[in-house]
Amino acid sequence: MNPVPAMQNSEILLRGVHKWFGQFHALNDINLSIAPREKVVICGPSGSGKSTLIRCVNRLEAHQEGHIFVGGVELDHDERKADLTRRGVGMVFQQFNLFPHLTILENCILAPMWVKKLPRKDAVDIAMTFLERVKIPEQAHKYPGQLSGGQQQRVAIARALCMNPKVMLFDEPTSALDPEMVKEVLDTMVELAGGGMTMVCVTHEMGFARQVADRVIFMDRGQIVEEGTPDDFFARPKTDRAALFLSQLLH
Amino acid sequence: MISRLILTYPEGARRTGIAFVLCLITLGLYALGISSAWIGYLVPATSGWLADNPALGRFFAAGMIALILAANWMALRQLTRRQQIVGVWIELFALLMLFFYSFNLSLPFIAKKIGFMVSQGVVTTLYISAISIAIATLIALTGAIAKLSKNGVIYGLATFYTSLFRGLPLLMQIYIIYLGLPQVGYVIGAIPAGILALSLCYGAYMTEIFRAGIESIPRGQSEGATALGLSSSQTMGLVILPQAMRVIIPPTGNQFIAMLKDSSLVSVVGVWEIMYLARTQGQTEFRHIEMLITASMIYWILSIGLEFLQSRIEERFGRFNVR
Ligand SMILES: Nc1ncnc2c1ncn2[C@@H]1O[C@H](COP(=O)(O)OP(=O)(O)OP(=O)(O)O)[C@@H](O)[C@H]1O
Ligand SMILES: [Mg+2]
Repeated sequence: MNPVPAMQNSEILLRGVHKWFGQFHALNDINLSIAPREKVVICGPSGSGKSTLIRCVNRLEAHQEGHIFVGGVELDHDERKADLTRRGVGMVFQQFNLFPHLTILENCILAPMWVKKLPRKDAVDIAMTFLERVKIPEQAHKYPGQLSGGQQQRVAIARALCMNPKVMLFDEPTSALDPEMVKEVLDTMVELAGGGMTMVCVTHEMGFARQVADRVIFMDRGQIVEEGTPDDFFARPKTDRAALFLSQLLH
Repeated sequence: MISRLILTYPEGARRTGIAFVLCLITLGLYALGISSAWIGYLVPATSGWLADNPALGRFFAAGMIALILAANWMALRQLTRRQQIVGVWIELFALLMLFFYSFNLSLPFIAKKIGFMVSQGVVTTLYISAISIAIATLIALTGAIAKLSKNGVIYGLATFYTSLFRGLPLLMQIYIIYLGLPQVGYVIGAIPAGILALSLCYGAYMTEIFRAGIESIPRGQSEGATALGLSSSQTMGLVILPQAMRVIIPPTGNQFIAMLKDSSLVSVVGVWEIMYLARTQGQTEFRHIEMLITASMIYWILSIGLEFLQSRIEERFGRFNVR
């Protein structure tokens, strides 16, 4: 058995993590430590396991080998531990995943009321604060279907923030958006990064990575192939695979 | 050739077409063996001629009806859509009443019995149906969740249940439960047996409806809820089911209406619901048809009530879909 690792200075820690989908080896010996307040951008070709990796961090997917610690708590088969961990880990999806049958405000107060058992009034106050932060308080009583993609994604960010998480996970938050809406979402994320949140973000937005990332991680075929500061990684990729990926990204 | 003609003389083609359809309807009615008696009834002077020329008379009657239908069609076309719908309902309802009228029903007899039909029959039918609907809904919800379970034992139980209770005729289930359970030492009353059979049978059908509804909600929804920390039962109750309701309600409404009428099968074990009373109340005075028609109309009215309820609920759950 692996010894319990020293956990000082890691908000998220992955030790020798493997995951298979049937025969397919989706994550292959992932070792990764992310410090509190650190901003990490994950990139890599399609199918390289980026989504799988961050979905393992809040146990939307279960890993089969190795250890994952979030906030010092190991994620294992205990679903209650996973539920507790998820309260401290916000997640933003490519497809927003807002609840279409609830208004924007109801989307934001659902988890605070049912998971944290906050009184409705407090939950509404918190929700309105964050809706103002993402600059759409006036849409609070509309349904998600009535908003543009960019607005929906900002609501999704606000909804996650309402749980007051220590960690935010983003899985290609701008990939499903029309080009003119990408900026408003990225601006929101940049502002969030300024606030000292631990962030793990799967994205191919190099401008965003340069601006906020402390570290860029490059994945290919289920492995972490390379990591470094954004300046190093984008200017001087060490591996051929990363160089090839970056050249394709530019074109 | 014909299409060329239609294109060149559109008005002429239209008229020819109408005349052709009229002829077809006339011939169709004639072939169905329509009677000409109603003409003699309306215009007594013609009855002698009708008796002398039966074939010609019937042909004439068919033609008249075709013309009346055509005139009616033309008249309805002048109205707005809403008026058309109401018009058609009124006309067909009048025809239906005419049909019943032709049985020579004894209205006083119906008037005498209807109070009991309602106070005993309707109350029992509604009471059995309402309880069965509630239990069937619970069964369906449980069954659907079980059918989506990864656990093989639970999945096996659920599939065996739906297969068995969808596969046996409801009438058989009622008999088996009513006559069979006492064999294994559990004596069951007629009404509980009926409710049990209805609930189990419709629960099995509705399990499939609920399962399909739950599966129609994209996976992102439950992932979004899970990521927020909601437990799996909260995710189901707060996020999945409210959305699935939109898919579930229309076919479930159908099931409720079907169940209301299938509750008539419970009469075979002697429960005094509408059907049982319809069969027994007319016996003493040989007025079966009166009671059967009364019962039919009562079932229809109850179904209309359910239809109305269904559309109201659909509106409520469809709210978020409007843009
Ligand atoms: N539930 C699943 N069942 C089977 N295979 C899966 C499942 N989820 C992902 N995979 C496979 O695992 C691999 C990694 O998927 P993942 O979604 O993590 O890639 P990704 O790096 O996020 O790619 P993309 O940039 O396209 O989002 C892919 O080949 C995918 O087909
Ligand atoms: Mg992905």
